[in-house]
Amino acid sequence: MTTEVKKQETSMSTPTLAPHQDAPTGHKAGRVGGGLFDPKQLVKSLPDAFRKLAPRVMAKSPVMFVVEIGSVVSTVLAIKDPGDWFGWVIAIWLWLTVLFANLAEAVAEGRGKAQADTLRKAKTDTVARRLVDGTEEQVPGTLLRIGDLVVCEAGDIIPGDGDVVEGVASVDESAITGESAPVIRESGGDRSAVTGGTKVLSDRVVIKITTKPGETFIDRMINLVEGAARQKTPNEIALNILLASLTIVFLLAVVTLQPFAIYAGAEQSLIVLTALLVCLIPTTIGALLSAIGIAGMDRLVQRNVLAMSGRAVEAAGDVSTLLLDKTGTITLGNRQAAEFVPVKGATEAEVADAAQLSSLADETPEGRSVVVLAKEKYGLRERHQGELENAEWVPFTAQTRMSGVDLTEDGAGRKVRKGATGSVIAWVREQGGTVAEDADGIANRISEAGGTPLLVAVEDARGARVLGVVHLKDVVKEGMRERFEELRRMGIKTVMITGDNPLTAKAIADEAGVDDFLAEATPEDKMTLIKREQAGGKLVAMTGDGTNDAPALAQADVGVAMNTGTSAAKEAGNMVDLDSNPTKLIEIVEIGKQLLITRGALTTFSIANDVAKYFAIIPAMFAVAYPGLDKLNIMGLASPESAILSAVVFNALVIIALVPLALKGVQYRPVSADRMLRRNLGIYGLGGLIAPFIGIKIIDLVLSLIPGIG
Amino acid sequence: MSPVLAGVLQLLALVAALALAYRPLGDYMAAVYSSDKHLRVERWIYRCIGANPSVGMRWPAYLRGVLAFSAVSVLFLYALQRLQGSLPGSLGFVSIDPDQAFNTAASFVSNTNWQSYYGEQAMGHVVQTAGLAVQNFVSAAVGIAVAVALVRGFALPRALGSARAGGTPIRSGELGNFWADLVRGTVRILIPISIVGAIVLVACGAIQNFAGIHEVGTLTGGTQQINGGAVASQEVIKELGTNGGGYFNANSAHPFENPNAFTNLFEIFLILLIPFALTRTFGRMVGSVKQGYAILATMATIWLAFVGLMMWTEFHGSGPALEAAGGAMEGKETRFGIGASSIFAVSTTLTSTGAVDSFHSSFTGFGGGVTMLGMMLGEIAPGGVGSGLYGMLIMAIIAVFIAGLMVGRTPEYLGKKLGTREIKLAACYILVTPALVLVFTALSMALPTPPDSIYNTAQNAVGGSGAHGFSDVLYAFTSGANNNGSAFAGLNADTQWYNTTIGLAMLLGRFVPMVFVLALAGSLAEQKPVPETAGTLRTEKPLFAGLLVGTIIIITGLTYFPALALGPMAEGLSS
Repeated sequence: MTTEVKKQETSMSTPTLAPHQDAPTGHKAGRVGGGLFDPKQLVKSLPDAFRKLAPRVMAKSPVMFVVEIGSVVSTVLAIKDPGDWFGWVIAIWLWLTVLFANLAEAVAEGRGKAQADTLRKAKTDTVARRLVDGTEEQVPGTLLRIGDLVVCEAGDIIPGDGDVVEGVASVDESAITGESAPVIRESGGDRSAVTGGTKVLSDRVVIKITTKPGETFIDRMINLVEGAARQKTPNEIALNILLASLTIVFLLAVVTLQPFAIYAGAEQSLIVLTALLVCLIPTTIGALLSAIGIAGMDRLVQRNVLAMSGRAVEAAGDVSTLLLDKTGTITLGNRQAAEFVPVKGATEAEVADAAQLSSLADETPEGRSVVVLAKEKYGLRERHQGELENAEWVPFTAQTRMSGVDLTEDGAGRKVRKGATGSVIAWVREQGGTVAEDADGIANRISEAGGTPLLVAVEDARGARVLGVVHLKDVVKEGMRERFEELRRMGIKTVMITGDNPLTAKAIADEAGVDDFLAEATPEDKMTLIKREQAGGKLVAMTGDGTNDAPALAQADVGVAMNTGTSAAKEAGNMVDLDSNPTKLIEIVEIGKQLLITRGALTTFSIANDVAKYFAIIPAMFAVAYPGLDKLNIMGLASPESAILSAVVFNALVIIALVPLALKGVQYRPVSADRMLRRNLGIYGLGGLIAPFIGIKIIDLVLSLIPGIG
Repeated sequence: MSPVLAGVLQLLALVAALALAYRPLGDYMAAVYSSDKHLRVERWIYRCIGANPSVGMRWPAYLRGVLAFSAVSVLFLYALQRLQGSLPGSLGFVSIDPDQAFNTAASFVSNTNWQSYYGEQAMGHVVQTAGLAVQNFVSAAVGIAVAVALVRGFALPRALGSARAGGTPIRSGELGNFWADLVRGTVRILIPISIVGAIVLVACGAIQNFAGIHEVGTLTGGTQQINGGAVASQEVIKELGTNGGGYFNANSAHPFENPNAFTNLFEIFLILLIPFALTRTFGRMVGSVKQGYAILATMATIWLAFVGLMMWTEFHGSGPALEAAGGAMEGKETRFGIGASSIFAVSTTLTSTGAVDSFHSSFTGFGGGVTMLGMMLGEIAPGGVGSGLYGMLIMAIIAVFIAGLMVGRTPEYLGKKLGTREIKLAACYILVTPALVLVFTALSMALPTPPDSIYNTAQNAVGGSGAHGFSDVLYAFTSGANNNGSAFAGLNADTQWYNTTIGLAMLLGRFVPMVFVLALAGSLAEQKPVPETAGTLRTEKPLFAGLLVGTIIIITGLTYFPALALGPMAEGLSS
């Protein structure tokens, strides 16, 4: 680590960022896309769809339960009058309507099941090496208790979730994250958490178990992706209530219709009334509602994010304030050397040469970036530690905050140093040298511009002196400014959190285009900010990984914990990002919104559909009694039977037709609410009004080809 | 001048007059319900009824006030009618039968004013003025009070400073004070406008006296009884409070109630005045007049569309008689013509008024359907005083909930989240009236005796009874459950069955929704408002008004489509 400021920041976020930190994922590829939908899944899920016909399962969806009762009634009627082909056909199509609804849900669940199977493979029974009073004993992993200490060495599968309390090891977490590169896990700090089912690749660690068997992260993951732990979310419950009340309204309309019809001299058969009822109640959305919810969770899982509850996914759509950690989210993980500034009397090339030499022994990303800059800008070939003879390397340490090399060239000694301002000045003075007058000025100017100055000094025949300053700069990730622009259009405020001083923070905030920033942030500051935003009625989302982030993660409405983080952080958040990519927060918000939009769009579509169905069925029922009502048959349907049948068939087929949309989700673009509403109302409102007129007519044309119907 | 042009010009004059009154009246009403001062006469009233107007009420307390007051009103009005025979100033009329007295008490307390009696042949001065006229004022004031309570639910706690009632600041979850709202609505809004309105009506020829029954000889040699009475004063509140109960059976078609074309237009103006202006009051109280304009635009769009539809069907009815008369003149006064009658009919059924200056049963099949559909929409465009606003706000909640999801946020309206509880209450609200209308109509068609009340039993082609006869019954319950009070005259509703069931429909149709509205207001008032962002559904935009119109037409239209098909549509499409 190079500077004081940097050190502060490391307490806020992990220094090592996971693989996907470079660019916001999925940004260019047309927003939140969905998983692919394979028609074969329909066939595969068929057995599940039949199993779900059990009334106990059906009762969870009031709308579809009514359809199932209707199916039973029409079947009984068809059996009582077996000669009536019309009754049989209606009964079959009503059953198909229920089946299609179940199929939609089964397909949505099926995608999670495949994932769960893969996870189960990782969860093979392990034998744990439990430490009891310093001696090891072999016990099955399932018998571990919270607080037990276990030993894992290279090749061992970690038997349960826990924290490393002793040692360092590289761990293969591909079973959970799908990422093959091993990660380092060490005792203390923010990288101590290990997950059961992952594999130790090297070294030996002692792990303190923090969860009971059966409740481990992998267990919860399996439950989540399988949908076993799925509970209806608040908005889903509210929508279900509305759908149920619409069902009651239409039930009343149909039940009371019979006395009216009898008075008009046109008594209706129970089959026709059942068909009318099923067509009117909002079956489309009723059938797809739970599939939409499962698919929403699934879209997150496909992006390696685990939502601990559907409630969190919904909340993500409502988020109005995003707290983003500067490092890794807005800027690339580390500062990079941007420029070499010589003091009076030195040249840029001299500074570059000295800086490069002194950084060869500095393995921090900052040190590497100095070498890279020297190569790219000044054409200095990278020298290797081995090719310089008589060189004594001084590696960077957090205590000295300097790195460098002592060279003996042609008998003359040359010492080069690079590091934090204070350390280098102290070194120069120690060597009896002087600090150039303008060195301070340059360093201050760099600080004010939001950068970090590193001094480069040398001691040779001319004595010890400062040569110049390396300008370390935070590099804002590409495309972030546009991203924040989009978020602003969506009505979301972005706040950058950083441990930097306000000056530095402001410079980066301006460059990245965030709305606000919190400088020199402590976990308490973060908490205060969240509470203040929430008091104003806003919903806050944040990412975090450290134990000191845990309270804020718990307080935030959407708290995304990084998988690399501590178990305390993972416990506190309501989502875990397995890729540990903080930029993903933006995608999570988009997925939340997409889930709600899909629900609204299909509800609107479903209700708008009813208009056409009335125009098909009402004239078919009553044109005999009141010939004038035939004028309502604006679609010109062939016969009363084919009209009613066409409406029922359309009602069933539209469910299957919309399964891909329910699973993929309605396309989401980050535009203002106004434009989004206009667009979706056009497609799903007007479209929902018009589509069934066309669909029913086409089905009627096909049906009328069958002799006896047309 | 052609009758069509006359109708359009009257419509324009009416719109202009309403537009002029909109802002001052709306702002004044907002001030009335936000003021913390009591008038001397109000203090005196509070002392008499023993109410403390400065106490903030949470929704259950507010609801108890509404229900207790209305229950006492029903009992009082029932007793007054039952005792009429022994009261002085009753013009010699006898006491009213129990079923009819119940029906009439329910009718006037619920702001319906369904009349199964003949005013000039049954009700004396005492019942008319001390009973019916008083209810015309207070039932209207109750409606406005409930609407204002809901508006406060939306406004709180954002508008803590302005939404004060009775001198004490409203705390979270409190909806104001029912007694203060009731008294203020009556004393500061309804009575002053009624005084001015009554003077205008008297100046134009409406009668106002306590004379007895005059018997006069007619041209054909028979005799006719002509009643005097405090007609103008009752007429004005009948329209202003969207009550609709006529002094005379002929209602606003009677020359003593509605002497000429100007008073006719003036009465329509009175009907629409407060319901439209309340949208301004709403906008003021929630701190955004634009939100009020969006609701106003929704109401005005539906109202204008219905007026247009009605004029079109009434002017263009086919058949030799209609063509000779230049339109469907049957049942309409030549003093007013087709245009003005159409505006009146639409305005009275789109509000909860139910006053008539022409006979809806005689309108064309479609025209009758338009009056029925107007009521079926829940009388929200612009609706009854107060009830129109709260009904429309409930529909707005439903529209926001369904379509609001399409902007990618859990729905919120006026900064309040529409969660499970809010949707549950709104869904219950929209269930009540359709359930009452459909179930009671179905029972009346299915039971053996009630269909005997239908006068018009023309057979249809396949031997069923006529579509118009069915419409008579459907209209009666639609009118009752929606608290309208107008009727298709082809039904003898003064039977035990209809007096009781329509009475129940009126009471349940009025007070059950109020329970849900106040519970909703309470739940909204406790919520912390969500700040508006660019991602918020903009409910003050024309797009939302359009969406709201669509939601109202589709949700309520679909509910009644089969019933309408067998009544007015069957009739209208066969001709």
